[in-house]
Amino acid sequence: MSANHDGANLLEVRGLTKIFGTLTACDHIDLNIAKGEIHALLGENGAGKSTLVKMLFGSLEPNSGEIFWNGQAVRITSPGAAKKLGIGMVFQHFSLFEALTAAENIALSLDDGSPISSIAAKARALSYSYGLPLDPDSLVGDLSVGERQRIEIIRCLLQTPQLIILDEPTSVLTPQEADKLFETLERLRAEGKSILYISHRLEEVKRICDRATVLRHGKVVGHCNPREETAASLARMMVGNEVQAVVRAPVEGIETAQPLLEIRNLSRKPATPFSIPLKAISLNVRAGEVIGIAGVAGNGQGEFFESVSGEVSQQDATSVRIRGKDAGGLTITGRRLLGAAFVPEERLGHGAAPRMKLSENLLLSRHATDGKAFVGTGGMVKSGAVYAASQRIIEAMDVRKSAPDPEAAALSGGNLQKFIVGRELDRRPSVMVVNQPTWGVDAGAAAHIRQALIELSRSGSAVLVISQDLDELFEISDAIAVMHNGELSKPMPIAEATFEKVGLLMGGAEPGHAEHTLETA
Amino acid sequence: MMRLELVKRPQRSALFSALSPFIAFALTIIAGAIMFALLGVNPLTAFRIYFVEPVSQVWQLHELAIKAAPLILIAVGLSVCYKANIWNIGAEGQFIFGAIFGSAIPVLFPQFEGPLVLPLMLLLGMVGGAAYAAIPAFLKTRFNTNEILTSLMLVYVAQLFLDWLVRGPWRDPQGHGFPQTIQFGDSAVLPELMPDAGRANWGFVFALVAAVLIWIMMGRMLKGFEVRVLGSSPRAGRFAGFGLSRMVFFAFLLSGALAGLAGISEVSGAIGQLQPVISPGYGFTAIIVAFLGRLNPLGIIAAGLVLALTYLGGEAVQSALGISDKVARVFQGMLLFFVLGCDTLIHYRIRLIGLALTKPEGAAKLEAAPKLKEAR
Repeated sequence: MSANHDGANLLEVRGLTKIFGTLTACDHIDLNIAKGEIHALLGENGAGKSTLVKMLFGSLEPNSGEIFWNGQAVRITSPGAAKKLGIGMVFQHFSLFEALTAAENIALSLDDGSPISSIAAKARALSYSYGLPLDPDSLVGDLSVGERQRIEIIRCLLQTPQLIILDEPTSVLTPQEADKLFETLERLRAEGKSILYISHRLEEVKRICDRATVLRHGKVVGHCNPREETAASLARMMVGNEVQAVVRAPVEGIETAQPLLEIRNLSRKPATPFSIPLKAISLNVRAGEVIGIAGVAGNGQGEFFESVSGEVSQQDATSVRIRGKDAGGLTITGRRLLGAAFVPEERLGHGAAPRMKLSENLLLSRHATDGKAFVGTGGMVKSGAVYAASQRIIEAMDVRKSAPDPEAAALSGGNLQKFIVGRELDRRPSVMVVNQPTWGVDAGAAAHIRQALIELSRSGSAVLVISQDLDELFEISDAIAVMHNGELSKPMPIAEATFEKVGLLMGGAEPGHAEHTLETA
Repeated sequence: MMRLELVKRPQRSALFSALSPFIAFALTIIAGAIMFALLGVNPLTAFRIYFVEPVSQVWQLHELAIKAAPLILIAVGLSVCYKANIWNIGAEGQFIFGAIFGSAIPVLFPQFEGPLVLPLMLLLGMVGGAAYAAIPAFLKTRFNTNEILTSLMLVYVAQLFLDWLVRGPWRDPQGHGFPQTIQFGDSAVLPELMPDAGRANWGFVFALVAAVLIWIMMGRMLKGFEVRVLGSSPRAGRFAGFGLSRMVFFAFLLSGALAGLAGISEVSGAIGQLQPVISPGYGFTAIIVAFLGRLNPLGIIAAGLVLALTYLGGEAVQSALGISDKVARVFQGMLLFFVLGCDTLIHYRIRLIGLALTKPEGAAKLEAAPKLKEAR
C-alpha cells in the first residue's frame, strides 16, 4: 500500500503494534481510512480488531507505530483526546445507566454542563433527522437493545465526529433494525463522514462497506473491495483456510417421537426491576430434533435458561418436565440426574470457574451425575479419573491449550467453549440446553460445536439452542421459535422459516398478522 | 493532578506469591527496628529479647505451643470461611461461647467425674461455638445482613455475657467475691502432654489434627472443591448445583465449632476456670494467622507459631525493658498490614496517573521478538 496516495485520508495508521506479555495482539498494522467511506475491519474473534480499535480510541497505548490524523502525526492518549480529534465510538457492550433517562445518559458523557432540556431537544432533533427515532425522556431500563444502541449512536453524533467506529453493531439488532442502521450509515457517508465498521458478518460488509481490511492473528492479511469478493472468499481470508460446512440430515418421523423436554406454562416474575418476566412459555423438544430459540438479547433468554436449567427452580413442578418426569421443583443437580445437560452463555464465571483447572471444571458440572466415577468413599475426589476424563474430552473436541491441565481462563474463548460443550456431550445427555453455543467463538470451532449438537440430536437426544445468531439457528435447527419480551412464539418448521418472518417476530410482531403491527412512531 | 491507580497484572508471579509471607515478615522486622529505636531501645537487644529468648528453653517451647494452639485451631476454621468468600470476623465471640458451653459441666455439675467429662466438655464447646456462629449465618441467609458486622458485634455481646456470668450466677461462692468460677475438678482439666518438660496440653494436638484434616478436605474432597468454587466464582458454583446458603452455614458452623473447641481447650487446659477475660484476642489474631498462612492449613501451623511468639515476646520486652506489651499488638498489626500489602502488589501494580508513561521507542522493538502461537 502506498501511503498518502490521494492525500484525502482522514486516518492513517502505520506499523501499529501492541504486545500483551508474550502475545502480539496487533503486529505492525497498516490501515488507511479515506474521507467519506465506510471501511470494514474484518477478522475472527481474537484477530486483534478490538485491540486495534482501542488504540485508535485512546484506551490502549500502542507499543510502537504511528497514527496520522488529516496528515498530522498524533498521539491518542485517552478517549477524551480521541473525542477532541473527532473520533467517536459506539461500543458493542453499551455503557448506559438503566435507571436514568436517555437524555441524562447523554448529558453524562458530554460533560459540558449544558442543561438536560437543551440536550434532550438536540438529541431529539438529531435522532429524527437520521431516521433513528428516540424519546430522550424515556428510561433506559424500559428500552429495547436496538433503542439503547440508538442512544449510543446519538451520543456519539452529538460530538460531531469525523470518524465513527462501530463495534459489531448488528449483533444485537433484528434484521429490520439492522436495515434501518444501514440507511443511517449511508446517510452519514453522504455527509462526508468516515465510518470504521467492525464485523464478522460478511453479507452486511459486502452490502454497505466500500473497502475492507482483513486481520488474522494480529496481522493485516489483505485489503480488498468487499463488493468484488464473495462471502466465501472473504471467509477464507479471515480464517486462513476453508471452513467445513455444517451438515444437517433431515429427520424423519419426528411427529411421533417422544418429547424429552416439555415446558408448560412456564411463568416467572422479574427478579430485579430490570429483568424480564417470563409469560406462560410452552414448548416441547422431541427426541431427535434441534429447536432453536431466536431473539434479540435481553428479551428473557437468560431468565428462561435459568428456569429450565434449575438454577432457579419453579413453584409448579409440572412447568418443566424432563423425560416424562416433573422437574420444575428440582435443582439443577436433580435435573442433571434426570439426564439433562446445560451450557450457559457466559463461559468464564458461569460455565467454568476461571481460576480452576480444566479437570476441576469437569467436576463442576458432573460431580453428581458421575458421582461413582469421580467421587470415592467419604467424599474424596478421584482426581486421576477426573483428569483422564478431562483429557478424553480435550481430545474429542480438539481443545488447543498450552499446558496439560491449564486454568480455564488461560484458554481462548473458542477452545474453552469447545471444552464446556464437550464436557456435557461426553455424558451423552438425553436433553441438552445450550445458550449462545458459539458466541465469540472462531469459525472453525463454531462449525465443530454446531455439528456436534446436530449429531447429538440425531442420536436420539432433544437439543434446545438459544442464540442471537440467526445464521447459526438456520444452520442447525429443525424448527425455530422466537422469544420477545418474555414470550415465546410457536416453533416454526425450518422449511417454512425465513429471515423475514423470524425478524418480524424478533421485533415483537405477533405471529399471523405481522404486517399490521409495525407501529409508526 | 496526580493520583495512584491499581492496575491488575496479567499474570501473578508464583515466586512472589510464595515469598510474600517472608517479605512481609522482613518488612515487619524493619519497621519494628524503627519503632524500637524511636522508643530509645537498641533494636538488636530488643529483637533478641523479643524473638530469641522466649524460645531458648524447652519449657518456653511449651508456652509457645499453648499460645499457638488456639490460634491455629481458630485460623484453620477461618481459612475455610475466607476461601468461601464468607467473612467471619467473630471467632473471638465463638471462642468465648465454646468456653462457656463446655464449662457448664464442671461449673454446674462439679460432682460429675470420670473419663466421660472431658469428651463431653469438648463436644459441648464445639456445639457452643457453632451455635453462636449460626447467628450471623442465619442473619445473612435470611435477611442478607453483612456477616462482617454481625459476627463482629456479637463478639462484644459474648464478652459482656461472660463477664456477667462470672460476676453473677456462676461466681464461686467461696471465691471471696472474685469474679471467677470454681476451679475445675481433675477430670475436667485437659491433660498436659509431657508434664515433666512443660505445660503444653492436648490443645496443641487438636490444632495439628484439625489443620491436617482441613488440609485434606480442602485439597482432596468434594466439599473442599465446593468451598473453593463458591468462593472464587459463586455463579459457577450455583451452576454446579452448590447452594450458597448451605455453604454459609457450613463455613460458619465449622469455624465456630473449631473456635469453640479452642475456647474450651484454653479454659480447661491453660486456665482451669472461667474468668471475665479468657483470651488475649486470639479470635482476632487468628485472622492474621489465617492470612499469613496463605489460607493454607499447613501454612497456618507455621504462622500460628510465629504469632504466638509475638505474644511471648511482648511479655518478655515488658518485663526486661519496661516497654508496654502492646508492642505485641503493634507487631501483629504490622504483619497483617504487610501481608495484605504484598498480596495486593502481587495481583496489582501501581500506576501514577497524570505523569506521562511513555516507553522509549527501543523498548517496543525488544519486546516484539516473541510471536503469538494462537490468537486471543
